[in-house]
Amino acid sequence: MTLLDQFQLFLKSAGWPDWAVYVTPALVAILLIIGAVLTIVIVFIWWERRLISRFQIRLGPNRCGPEGLFQPIATAIKILLKEDIVPEKADKLIHFIAPITVFVPILLIFGVVPVDKGAILADLNVGIIYVIAISSISVIGIFMAAWASGNKYSFISGVRSIAQMVSYEIPVVLSIVGIALVTGSFSMLKIVEAQTIPFILLQPLGFLIFFLGSLAEMNRSPFDLLEADSEIVAGYHIEYSGMKFAMFYLGEYGVALAYAGVITTLFLSGWQGPFLPGIIWFLIKVMMVFSVIVWIRSTLPRFRVDQLMSFAWKAMLPMAVINLVLIAIEVLVIPASLQWVMMILNFGFAAVLILLWSKLFTLGGGRVEV
Amino acid sequence: MKFERYGMGIVKGLALTLKHLFRAPITVQYPDEKLNISNRTRGNELAWSPERCTGCGTCTKACLQGNIILVTHRGEENKFIVDKFEVDTGRCIFCGLCVESCPYDALAMGVNYECAKYRRRDAVLSKEQLTVSAENKPSAYYRPKFAAALPKQSLLLYNRTEGGQKLKFFPLSKRKRGSGA
Repeated sequence: MTLLDQFQLFLKSAGWPDWAVYVTPALVAILLIIGAVLTIVIVFIWWERRLISRFQIRLGPNRCGPEGLFQPIATAIKILLKEDIVPEKADKLIHFIAPITVFVPILLIFGVVPVDKGAILADLNVGIIYVIAISSISVIGIFMAAWASGNKYSFISGVRSIAQMVSYEIPVVLSIVGIALVTGSFSMLKIVEAQTIPFILLQPLGFLIFFLGSLAEMNRSPFDLLEADSEIVAGYHIEYSGMKFAMFYLGEYGVALAYAGVITTLFLSGWQGPFLPGIIWFLIKVMMVFSVIVWIRSTLPRFRVDQLMSFAWKAMLPMAVINLVLIAIEVLVIPASLQWVMMILNFGFAAVLILLWSKLFTLGGGRVEV
Repeated sequence: MKFERYGMGIVKGLALTLKHLFRAPITVQYPDEKLNISNRTRGNELAWSPERCTGCGTCTKACLQGNIILVTHRGEENKFIVDKFEVDTGRCIFCGLCVESCPYDALAMGVNYECAKYRRRDAVLSKEQLTVSAENKPSAYYRPKFAAALPKQSLLLYNRTEGGQKLKFFPLSKRKRGSGA
């Protein structure tokens, strides 16, 4: 029984007509999601700019409002006031649809992310598969934007994005299967409830693969090849300005928020935690995941294109398959009450596999790099 | 067994950036806090002491730009009295030749550096504006004896004038700004 169902029952008992009972909770939920996502995205933009500047021994924006908190709002107003330019050679219709195609699927992801006990919009029994399916749609939006712009840089970016997304989706899905094996369900609520030990401890290798894969899915550094500023200027959104650019900008942080939520749900035991209410725990964990993403962005340089592909196909995919087989065997052999044995075993396996595979990516030992 | 080959390089890099997180930032919040400047700076505006000046006009001859206007008349005991001493800082290249040429140490470079003006005519400095005062101190450039009047020379970066925004964002970085090398 989710909160949404309870809301519906409440309206029904208050004597509302049937159609209103069906429509009202959905509308309220849509408004809630859009409002919450936009607010948290603004906080994320501020947090990233402050945090990354501290990693670089700078101060970051601190003039506009307390601790520079209103700087993202100023940025948003600046972007919205800009002229909307459409190139002459662009495919006008697709150029117009592309930002929406990128942004809407990201909002859809939040429908299945549980923020508290029962606080989920749709408790699908295939929740996590729905996330994977929906998040793939925004790739099409990026490619539409890239192609319709009629710009060679954006086209290169589009081709790169397709290659990157398709490659990294496979290890991500395989690491999710490892979770589903332990949980016995694809439902996000059941996955959270199954985590007496957080799955980051139970499946460290699966977490690493999922985390790196989702970094690639959300186009964050070091996988930000499709907006590599030094090579292809701005990538797929090079010909966008004004409101359309703002949609891409929002989408970029929205997908970071969505994946931070999914990682929290799958590996960090979601809303569960002592003392504080569930939603606070969820937000704390989401901020932690996002901070780690910013930390990685401030540290690691960008991959080369061939390194990106070989990392997906030569390292992450075989490791994900081996991880899946190992977990399947463990689930068969080890009883559910002895999860700590599984935890220790998995840490050992993760160390061995990472050592073995990092040997493949070295300069020494007579091997050519990658 | 070198662990750099087993992904330890990435961990090292992450540890380095994490260390930077707890360092005090090196940003100077310019209008609020300012860096010390060198004692021998060739700053904006000249500092001119009228009691030493004999009105000989050596500085006007030395000026590459022909930038210094000096008008005098004969006073008692056949001495020059300066009527007009004007420098157009809009055309000045701050080469310091006028200071080096002055035989009576009457002219020195200034230490000010915030001299943006709204009008071109404001850039032409009159006798009164050029005269040495509390605001217009002479720099020690080519005039070592003036150095005593100026604050002691220090490392430029690590000594900031007081004031400026307090750093509240991370309590761990509350120690003195810029104290770490």
